[in-house]
Amino acid sequence: MEFIDYYKILGLDKSASQEDIKKAYRKLARQHHPDLNPNDKEANKKFQQINEANEVLSDPEKRKKYDQYGENWQHAEQFEKAKQSQRSNAGHEYDFGQGAYSEEFSSGDFSDFFTSMFGGGSTGTGRRSAKFRGQDYNASLTVSLREAYTTHQHTFTINDKNVRITIPAGIADGQTIKLKGYGSPGINGGPAGDLYITFHILEDPVFKRLGDDLYITIDLDLYTAILGGDKMVDTISGKVKIKVHPETQNGTKTRLKGKGFPLYKKEGSFGDMIITWNIKLPTNLTEKQKELFRELSQS
Amino acid sequence: MQDLISREECCLQYNVESSFIQALSDYGLLEITTVAETTYLHTEQLHDLEKFIRLHYDLNINVEGIDAITNLLMKVKNLQQQNEYLRKRLQILGDVEGDSAI
Repeated sequence: MEFIDYYKILGLDKSASQEDIKKAYRKLARQHHPDLNPNDKEANKKFQQINEANEVLSDPEKRKKYDQYGENWQHAEQFEKAKQSQRSNAGHEYDFGQGAYSEEFSSGDFSDFFTSMFGGGSTGTGRRSAKFRGQDYNASLTVSLREAYTTHQHTFTINDKNVRITIPAGIADGQTIKLKGYGSPGINGGPAGDLYITFHILEDPVFKRLGDDLYITIDLDLYTAILGGDKMVDTISGKVKIKVHPETQNGTKTRLKGKGFPLYKKEGSFGDMIITWNIKLPTNLTEKQKELFRELSQS
Repeated sequence: MQDLISREECCLQYNVESSFIQALSDYGLLEITTVAETTYLHTEQLHDLEKFIRLHYDLNINVEGIDAITNLLMKVKNLQQQNEYLRKRLQILGDVEGDSAI
C-alpha cells in the first residue's frame, strides 16, 4: 500500500485554500466524470482518485490528519490511540473512523490507503439526502455466433441472485440490454439500479457477420467455375444447393437472399448470405490433362 | 400510468427544484407528459435525469452545458459505432483479399 499524494492529484500545493480545492476538483471532475466519459475505464479510475483526494482535502478534519501524518500515515493509528487516551483524560472527543461517516459509497470506491487512514467513505458534499436509485451494474456476456443465431436462454449469477434471461436471436456484437432492478440496492430506500449486459459475439471460423448479413468464402473447382453446375454450400442453418453460372470468375460474389442472420426482434426476417467464390486450380495434372490445357490455350 | 412518475414525486425523491426539470424539458432533454393537469416523466427517463442531476449539482454545469454535452456524447457514440462498422468491414474485405491471394 503506497502513500497517495492527494495534493498532486488535484494539482495543488499544501497551502491551497478550500476555494482552490473546490475549483481544482470541479475542473478535474468535469474532465474525468464517468457521465462524460462513458465506457472509459481510465477516466473512471482517474475520477475515483480525484473524488478521493477531494474527500480528504475538502474536509478540514481529514485534511488536518492527512497533513499531520503525511508519508508517516502508517504510524497514524498508533499516534491516534496515544492522543485519544490523552484527550479522553482531558475531556475532549475525537470522532474519526468508519462509524463517523454515513456510507453512500462503498469502501470499495476508495483506495486501501484511504480506507486504512480514514475508514469508509463519506457522502461527499452531503448536498442531498434524497432517495436515490441504486447504482447500475454493467456486465458482459460472450456468446458464439451460432448461439446468437437462435433465441436461447442463459442463466448466470449476479450478487447471489440467479438470473435467467432470454437472448433474442440476432443480438449484435456490442449490443446492450437492460434488466430492470438487478443492479445495486437503492440508497435511502430508493429503487434498485438496473443491470446492463453487453454482448460480445465471438468470431466464427466459417462465417463473418456484418450487420445482418453473413459472409463466407467457398472453394470452387475450376471445371464447375468454367462450365457451371450445381454446388452444395453450407449456410448457418444447413446445406443448400445453388446453381453456379458458367464462367464464374475468381472473387465473384453470390448473394443468397434470406440466408443471413435473423433480424433482432423481427421474427421471420433475415439478412442475406454473401458467398465469395475462390476458384481452385487443379494440381498434379496428368500428361493427358496438360495436353488438353495446351490445346485449349492454342484454340 | 405504471411507467409514469409525477414531476412532483421526482422533485421530492431527488431533492431538485421543479424549475430544473422544466429547464431540461425546455431544452428537449426530458419529455414531460401532462395527464389531467398533472405533469409526469416516463420512468425510462430517470436514468438520464439522474445523470443531468449529477452534471448540474456535482459538476456545476448549467442546462445549456448539459444540452451541448448530451449532443456531443451522442455524436461520439455514433462515430464509435460507425468506426466499429468500418473496422469490421475492412476486416472482412481484408480476409477476402487475403483468401484470393492464396
